[in-house]
Amino acid sequence: MTDATAENGYAVAGAESGADAPATGRRGRPLIYRHSPWVRITHWVWVVALFILFTSGLQIFNAHPSLNFGNTTTFDPSETGPGRLVLNIDNNDSTGITQVLGHTFDTTGVLGVSKTADGPAARAFPSWMTLPALQDLGSARYWHFLFAWILAADGLIYLIYGLVTGHLRRDLVPRLRELAQVPGDIVTHLRLRFSHGSDAPQYNVLQKLTYFLVLFVVLPVLVLAGLEMSPRIDAALPWLRDVFGGRQSARTIHFMMAWTLVAFVLVHVVMVVVSGLANNLRSMITGRAVASQESES
Amino acid sequence: MRIKLDRRLFVGGAAGLALAGCDRLASTPRGKEALNAGEALTYDAAKLLPPNQLAPEYPASQISKVFKPNGSIDPKDPAYKALVAAKFADWSMPVGGLVEAPRSFTLADLRAMPSRTQVTRHDCVEGWSCIGQWTGVPLSAVLALVKPKPEARYVVFHCYDRYGTDYTTEQAGALDEENNPPFYGSIGMGDAVQPQTILAYAMNGQDLPVEHGAPLRLRIERQLGYKNTKYIRSIELMDSYASLGDGKGGYWEDQGYEWYAGI
Repeated sequence: MTDATAENGYAVAGAESGADAPATGRRGRPLIYRHSPWVRITHWVWVVALFILFTSGLQIFNAHPSLNFGNTTTFDPSETGPGRLVLNIDNNDSTGITQVLGHTFDTTGVLGVSKTADGPAARAFPSWMTLPALQDLGSARYWHFLFAWILAADGLIYLIYGLVTGHLRRDLVPRLRELAQVPGDIVTHLRLRFSHGSDAPQYNVLQKLTYFLVLFVVLPVLVLAGLEMSPRIDAALPWLRDVFGGRQSARTIHFMMAWTLVAFVLVHVVMVVVSGLANNLRSMITGRAVASQESES
Repeated sequence: MRIKLDRRLFVGGAAGLALAGCDRLASTPRGKEALNAGEALTYDAAKLLPPNQLAPEYPASQISKVFKPNGSIDPKDPAYKALVAAKFADWSMPVGGLVEAPRSFTLADLRAMPSRTQVTRHDCVEGWSCIGQWTGVPLSAVLALVKPKPEARYVVFHCYDRYGTDYTTEQAGALDEENNPPFYGSIGMGDAVQPQTILAYAMNGQDLPVEHGAPLRLRIERQLGYKNTKYIRSIELMDSYASLGDGKGGYWEDQGYEWYAGI
């Protein structure tokens, strides 16, 4: 049996072997209850919904791969006023050209020009990142809005659950005294030492702050900026346009928040892996984690 | 080391497979039905909003210097070319279907009716926005003259353009009828009688230019650009649009875009 299959079998079935996460392998370790069913279900619905929203969102972006602030669109890349282009992904024949705040980069192969199943194509984001893979704005919008509804329902369920049970107050809102621990916690994290499941089965202050920011700042701003782009919502809530500083501002902020979420997901997944992948997955699937899980990475 | 690499491949491969799976799912009838459920939900939710909310209007100072013409910009139909040559003096638009008093309107007829001028933001489905000033006759005023029958549910616009050849000013190669159907669009009666839903004959104080849909186009401000049908030839009130085109209610709808474009 190779290491890889042992690792896979271990992760999936929770078998009692595996070299890099010995704690879960020890029999007789007490299990602690970490995640309620509501947290687990809403978490995995988030995973699916955000994956589809992000990939279909990139497909939608490809229809007009350019961003600026303000209410209306700047079409002129040489514009220098407040409406100047923040991001512009274009191509010059077979060269992909990406401009960020006036700085130009050759991004051939990834942005601007990339390979598709039908050969090289002029497209902003590459086909392996977009849903559908080939250029298809109409289908991407169907995916995007269906899963926007699913995300909204999921978020609402989580919010109600969190408020009613006290999960939000207890587990996510950082205490004042905890904030004093932030510098120390950053150092601990940088040294990749965690004690996620051991003595206190609670989130540490950096986790609390991160989850709090993602759930109550990034996601709401992302959703509101998305809603602002709807002409019907624009008629219903014109103040929303002014909050964002115009429709194109909202579009730019929607894009930036989406990539902020991606950055969060990357860090989140790295943390899940280095603090004990199997035990963390187990707790987010079954709800129970092995106590005294310590990372030796 | 090998384990890490495999794991990374596994995660990347899983994401790729998930995307490919989504694509395949969307091509099945069940998958399409599921995706359509989202549009129905959006339309039902939009109907819960107060019906009389107007799209924001802007001062003339905010009119875009460049208003991007999109979709068809140069209809090649000889009948249309003849109309352009005669400055639309011969243009006349029949309004019929499920109405009590079908009749035709010339541009002079429409200009003699009460008009509405509005400076609004045009939001393209692609993501860009431009602000323009539109002057025209409220569609509700035209409908009042032809008296819709109670069973009329949709206002259908039949147009002069064919997107397959008319999106460019260059002479496009000949396409057969089937692959280059005439443009059409439809809207519901609720949106049709909105005060900002107008049949516009002027843009930014000038006669509507050809690239923006001369001589008459629809402005429906609470929906995306592609519902703002250009080059109107005739109007028909119907109880169903299933018999037209591919049955989805419009040229862009037949191409896979939502019929309700309020989002």
